[in-house]
Amino acid sequence: MNNAFGQPQSIVAIGGTSDIALEVLTLITSRCRNLVLAGRDDGALSMLKSSLAAATGAEVATVHFDAREPDRASITVKECFDAAGGDVDVVVVAVGELGHQESDEREPPRVAQIIRVNFEWPAAALSAIAHRLRDQGHGAIIVLSSVAGVRVRRSNFLYGSAKAGLDSFCQGLRESLRDTGVSVHIVRAGFVRTKMTRGMVDPPLALDTAVAARFIVRGFERGDEVVWVPPRLQWIMAGMRILPSPAWRYLTRLEMLSRKDAASHRASE
Amino acid sequence: MLTGWGRTSPVSANVVRPLDGAEVEAILTDPATSNVIARGFGRSYGDAAQRSGGRVIDVRSLDDVSPIDEAGRVVVGAGASLHKVINTVLQHGWFIAVTPGTRYVSVGGAIAADVHGKNHHRDGSFASHVLEFCLATPTGTVSVRQDSDPELFWATMGGMGLTGVITSATLQLMGVETPWVRASSKRFTTLSELMSVMESTDDRYRYSVAWLDCSRSLRSDYRAVLTQGNLASADDLRNANVPRERLAASQPRLRVPSAIPVRLVNSVTTRIINTAWYQRSGRRKLTFEPLTSFFYPLDGIENWNRLYGHRGFLQYQIVVREPATMREIVNNIAVSGVPSFLAVLKRLGPGNPGPLSFCSEGWTLAVDFPIGPDGLSSLLDGLDLFVANAGGRVYLAKDSRLRPELFEAMYPRKGDFEAVRRRVDPNRVLASDLSCRLGIG
Repeated sequence: MNNAFGQPQSIVAIGGTSDIALEVLTLITSRCRNLVLAGRDDGALSMLKSSLAAATGAEVATVHFDAREPDRASITVKECFDAAGGDVDVVVVAVGELGHQESDEREPPRVAQIIRVNFEWPAAALSAIAHRLRDQGHGAIIVLSSVAGVRVRRSNFLYGSAKAGLDSFCQGLRESLRDTGVSVHIVRAGFVRTKMTRGMVDPPLALDTAVAARFIVRGFERGDEVVWVPPRLQWIMAGMRILPSPAWRYLTRLEMLSRKDAASHRASE
Repeated sequence: MLTGWGRTSPVSANVVRPLDGAEVEAILTDPATSNVIARGFGRSYGDAAQRSGGRVIDVRSLDDVSPIDEAGRVVVGAGASLHKVINTVLQHGWFIAVTPGTRYVSVGGAIAADVHGKNHHRDGSFASHVLEFCLATPTGTVSVRQDSDPELFWATMGGMGLTGVITSATLQLMGVETPWVRASSKRFTTLSELMSVMESTDDRYRYSVAWLDCSRSLRSDYRAVLTQGNLASADDLRNANVPRERLAASQPRLRVPSAIPVRLVNSVTTRIINTAWYQRSGRRKLTFEPLTSFFYPLDGIENWNRLYGHRGFLQYQIVVREPATMREIVNNIAVSGVPSFLAVLKRLGPGNPGPLSFCSEGWTLAVDFPIGPDGLSSLLDGLDLFVANAGGRVYLAKDSRLRPELFEAMYPRKGDFEAVRRRVDPNRVLASDLSCRLGIG
């Protein structure tokens, strides 16, 4: 059960091997007795299983899944809840693939896969999770969305549009779960230095995973429906959203140029 | 959506409202039933009267109050509020022997939490005045007296509803000559002086309680107001020229709207209110107060819990044996800087055989904290450990956050309780969010 501080006793982390999910877990497992990690990388799962068990004192179980198979999403959710063995207080959904915009956009199968992994699979899984939590009468869902979906950019609109879809889906899901005891917390994160973004040049407001996780958990514990990471992105993106297209185009072009500059600079070093 | 009085941990559940004891029994003995718990007025602070996704039996329709016999015994439905009982019995010269700080609790809840009042040092807890009760369990309905089934009787006293659903109870009332209390209050500026005065004078008063401001000011130690009183006799009233009419318990006069935009209880307002309380108490030394305003100062405002905003609040109540331990706890709260509302300090008399009953000889402190400030969770975790090591415990009716392992340390007779549960509820039909959180089997 959750306690008065929203500290869960039972957690399911889907995409639990992701850097952000792991950092979030270190902050919300103080009362955790059952933890289920679902991921694709079996090696990482088994390693994390023992280290998390030692660090948290919780029973840790693992579930294997592949986000390229949305038809199996509900099976994965069932396996996770079965492994938790009772009520699940918090579900973290941190599933995604950034891809490579420039090469992927020329290959329709890759385009389909980016949409599948970032939107289709999580949406299917979230429906199954919502159903279970509603029956259970309580629970919180933390979903990792992205500011990339708030206004898509030329430089990563594949990933951005998939996250935009997921973000909208979660807003609707949140409303459908109002007054059921189940809450949905949408995390709109900016740039976080993780293995997903390794090798990329830091844009402004780039964060380390530990800092990002602290913002996420603070927003979650406060009950925020949308958690901006870092929080000031809320105001920045409010401005970006109403920027006229030519100005937005100019800004995103500047951003691409500066990235290329930095990349070529780094290559020449 | 259900929550406790602290409005934390909201859950949804299937709430049913049976009209009599037979309907309660039908629900409990139905083999399809699982995860069921009783609920009255939702005044326990945490998650004791809810079961997420399960079934919650609202007993408030079981609210009959029988005529009082000449010995002051009355049979009341478990869903009757103490408010209703008082309204019925006070006009005949009787009062409830033990009452908590609000009259909007059900009789069933008062038994399940084994509540105590300002007279615990003299009269014990609610359990001491329950002669018999009717308990619907998954294995049938039984009438329980202390001598008929002592294990079940005492497990139900403070058993948080986990031994069954109480449907009615026979209470021993206390005769009162007038509906007034002759009360005196005294201000203190140090904790040790307050505690030593309480120790030396409590035996002269039936009712005794102290309000304590845990935020230490720079000039003094802790500000406190000690209120002590006895039931006023007719002679007392005549001598003091107090009007003798019997006041019926009044309805709440104020209401807090459901949506208040900001949290009205914060570090600034608590400081103001704590100071106002202290200043106000200085002006009245010896007064006559109607029973209801003496016992229920907060009942004048309905839904005062909403003042804490949407994140809610918790009440931390503990009992420890030694005054030194209590001083250490108060110091810890003060040093932490976490804002706390007026705290209540009281001396308790000896406990009873209830395995989950809270009261035991020593000192109890109850403090309200709004949820939110950083460090509150770790402050209370630290205090839990300290209290457990000192042989004390946290009050389950107030709890919303205790760790299961510390619950076991604080209630070492958990095993005895679970043995009774195995007997009356072999299939674990009864469960609450509290029992799941604390791992009560």
